[in-house]
Amino acid sequence: MKATRIAGDITTVREEDAVRRVMTTVQQELDSPPALTASQELPLTVIRPSRGRIALNLRELWEYRELLYFLIWRDIKVRYKQTLLGVAWAVLQPFLTMVVFSIFFGNLAKVPSDGIPYPIFAYTALLPWQLFSRALTESSNSLVANQRLITKVYFPRLVIPISAVLGGLVDFGIAFVILIGMMAYYHIVPTLAVLTLPLFLLLALATALAVGLWLSALNVQYRDVHYLTPFITQFWLFATPIAYSASLVRYRWRGLYGLNPMVGVVEGFRWALLNSPATGTRSLVLISAAVVGLLLIGGLAYFRRMEKTFADIV
Amino acid sequence: MNNVSIRAQKLAKLYRIGQRESYRLLRDVLADAMASPFRAAASVFDDRQGNELRSTDDHVWALKGVSFEVKQGQVVGIIGPNGAGKTTLLKILSRITEPTEGQVEIRGRVGSLLEVGTGFHPELTGRENIYLNGAILGMKKAEIERKFDEIVEFSGVERFIDTPVKRYSSGMYVRLAFAVAAHLEPEILLVDEVLAVGDLAFQRKCLGKMEEVSHEGRTVIFVSHNLNAIWSLCPQTLWLDTGQIVDFGESGRVITRYRQHMSRLSGVIPEQDILKRSNDPLRITNFRLEDLEGNPCASVPSGGAVRMVLDYVSDPAVAGKRDVYIGIGVSNEMGQRLFSLSNRFTDQQLSEMASQGQFVCTVPCLPLVPGQYDIKLACQIQGGESVQKVHLVGALMVREGDFFASGRIPDSSFGHVLVPHSWSQRSEASWNLEGDRDAETSDH
Repeated sequence: MKATRIAGDITTVREEDAVRRVMTTVQQELDSPPALTASQELPLTVIRPSRGRIALNLRELWEYRELLYFLIWRDIKVRYKQTLLGVAWAVLQPFLTMVVFSIFFGNLAKVPSDGIPYPIFAYTALLPWQLFSRALTESSNSLVANQRLITKVYFPRLVIPISAVLGGLVDFGIAFVILIGMMAYYHIVPTLAVLTLPLFLLLALATALAVGLWLSALNVQYRDVHYLTPFITQFWLFATPIAYSASLVRYRWRGLYGLNPMVGVVEGFRWALLNSPATGTRSLVLISAAVVGLLLIGGLAYFRRMEKTFADIV
Repeated sequence: MNNVSIRAQKLAKLYRIGQRESYRLLRDVLADAMASPFRAAASVFDDRQGNELRSTDDHVWALKGVSFEVKQGQVVGIIGPNGAGKTTLLKILSRITEPTEGQVEIRGRVGSLLEVGTGFHPELTGRENIYLNGAILGMKKAEIERKFDEIVEFSGVERFIDTPVKRYSSGMYVRLAFAVAAHLEPEILLVDEVLAVGDLAFQRKCLGKMEEVSHEGRTVIFVSHNLNAIWSLCPQTLWLDTGQIVDFGESGRVITRYRQHMSRLSGVIPEQDILKRSNDPLRITNFRLEDLEGNPCASVPSGGAVRMVLDYVSDPAVAGKRDVYIGIGVSNEMGQRLFSLSNRFTDQQLSEMASQGQFVCTVPCLPLVPGQYDIKLACQIQGGESVQKVHLVGALMVREGDFFASGRIPDSSFGHVLVPHSWSQRSEASWNLEGDRDAETSDH
């Protein structure tokens, strides 16, 4: 049994398991009779052309969690190497954007902000937005950026876009400290609603991953994606209530508006942190979550289907 | 049999030619989608690659019908010319890419080493890269921590372990990368031609480490163009050519056949070459090895006698000339010249040339360890302008032989050349006497 444990980075599946039939590229099974020789204790891997539907194989992904950890760790370590300001960039990016927004939209255009001071109104939205847009950009480029890995080593390819999405969390955490400072400055005391914040954070990450999976897999074959992504994030920024309030959108259009999952995220952040009016926020969030769910399932299916060709095409 | 480690059955892999170079532009796909929107939509999730696979003109089989079995603990070398499918086979075995047909059963954890330093990040320090690279190669964090000191020591870059690897020399980089890989402990290790990098001493160290690995009962598949390395490491060799297995079995046999095949391809002085040189006054037309009885032989034992026979054709004009010099160079697989044979050294005249004949060079005791050596030829007529130089006319296969008449046969890790010698002992008391006697004998 020891050998099986050592070989733990491969999923162990029973012979009769349906997963085995369902095309998994690779399956493992334990020999049923207890073995005398060491070889019989070793897990068996069968490699064959995949056919039909593809199992998600989350268990294998779990076995590779250390690799996921190291890839995230690498991205964080490398991000601000050889920069003068270092980690300060994590704060400067949303902060300077907030300043620009406050001057142009808050002061000059006098965009209504639901009665909340405009700077914190914008900053609260910019935090999840920057997390999202960075995660989207990084993940859609992740497979191409890691092509050396893909063509030289085996591991579940999902590790790569997932690590790209999660890599932005540290920056988010650092920038969040500024938000706490701003809340103190504006004397905003969060209610218990703040406990729901992780859900909105999760929704933002899931949105980025869902779209990132599609784009990263497409990017392997069509490098057009590389040029497309900046436009996507730019348009998406305007379609999300960051510089303005969602209440500007007419009520009858709100269902359609909610199809953009980031609307739910941003409104959720403002509601959880700034006690902004919750009118219609719940239905928005539900629509957003449903959209993300569908996108994510489709993205995972597409990614898994394309996965086997990555090493040949990238 | 239960101790089979790898069982491949009818493996095949189809590549689209140019797949790597030309990316399909989205434009083309959109155009397709406009033409037939429903089929395009369905094809996003459709697993069959459909008609694309059927047409064969723009596709190539990198592997076709490859079946073999490797037992647990076996060390197998894979040889073959470029494009034979060696790397494709390793990529399938390591699950990087999927076979188009056939299947492989693998028993045990697989570690693959298709490249040294996969995933090394230039900005990270040596220490950080050890962890990163280890994780990428499939090691657990605890495992890396346990072996960390050993890895650093093996690499010999202790002093620079906290320096970003972008500041490393390429040699240091490779050493560190290989050190991590060498400490992988999978049941099955797949190694591509990665030893081609790094200095000779380090290559030796790596080969030694691999030998260690194979003695621990692990299955090793080793792809290399270095036939000597394969020969000394792998008892079994698999010869691939254009995606198919040509031969699989005992290394001596397979490598000998492979070399003969390759030298036939590159020609023991190809016919065209001789014709092209037909205006040279002296031409070597063939080269072969014979034993002292005059029988042609394919290989020579270490310490055995061998005759190298060169057929020549000469013009009547030079037939009577005396000063003909023939040189035979013997090099190892790395192309390093080990020794040369020439009648210039022995100061022997090859006179009285006929219009056609043979030059014969006799080596009474071949001082080479078992392995594969390359032979080059040159001939020159003194005072004349004619110099024929032939690169790689053939291979000299040296098999195991009892050079020292002791039954002890050193391998190439002790050097390529064997020197006859003997040992004796003397004590302090007999020092002078012994010394005198030595001096006396050397005078004669």
